[in-house]
Amino acid sequence: MAKIKPRVKVPKKAAAGEIVEIKALISHPMHTGRGKNKKTGKKIPRKIINKFVASFDGQDVFTANFEPAVSANPYIAFPFKASKSGAFTFKWVEDGGAEFTASKKMTVA
Amino acid sequence: MKQTTQFSSISRRHALAMLSAAGAVVLAGVPAYADGAAVAAKIKGLTGGRSVGEGDIELDLPEIAENGNAVKVAFSINSPMTVDNYVKAVHVMADGNPTPDVASFNFTPAMGACSASTRMRLAKTQNIIVLAEMNDGSFKQAQATVKVTIGGCGG
Repeated sequence: MAKIKPRVKVPKKAAAGEIVEIKALISHPMHTGRGKNKKTGKKIPRKIINKFVASFDGQDVFTANFEPAVSANPYIAFPFKASKSGAFTFKWVEDGGAEFTASKKMTVA
Repeated sequence: MKQTTQFSSISRRHALAMLSAAGAVVLAGVPAYADGAAVAAKIKGLTGGRSVGEGDIELDLPEIAENGNAVKVAFSINSPMTVDNYVKAVHVMADGNPTPDVASFNFTPAMGACSASTRMRLAKTQNIIVLAEMNDGSFKQAQATVKVTIGGCGG
């Protein structure tokens, strides 16, 4: 199985009050539970990233709930208003409870 | 005139039997896809039957998607995003996929603006419905059709 790897893009610096765009992507096949293994003909059980949480300095700012209709390697972009320097933490939750995290710092001048 | 005579030759009992047979065929023949009714039911469940307004939601969807496996879906909602007035949640639904849900997003005033972008799978040409819930409990929705040339489910 391909390695599950998160990737995030956060501007290193931002001006106070500026609205920045945060982009996050995780490599994940997002098995819908409807696909079949082409070789064996067996159904591939559902396994998706069902939740994405972005927090800044420990406070949740944005949450996304994914359904099987979200494409493989789920990508998400969202805005954030820079007010102070701090660190983002990003968390992806897979079906079954496995978690993947990433974090990025942002300096506000 | 000919039609009338044909109709009258079918007895009422006969007609009823035919109707129920047709009903059974319709029930059995429903494909395993969500439809407008499933989306409407979903919206009703989310809003609790409250009326849904329109406007302020800008959708960014392709008119034609060549590959249904990854269709960009983005929206932005005109909102001041202050503690007193912000968009709480946004639900993205599709009426032609096996299930109506695509994704839902929870927003907070810390974001300063309300928008999001992701990619979704579409099984066929269908309508995308975006339902936004404001912090005061009111709802807004927007809808657009995406034509899909190659579906993106299963395989």
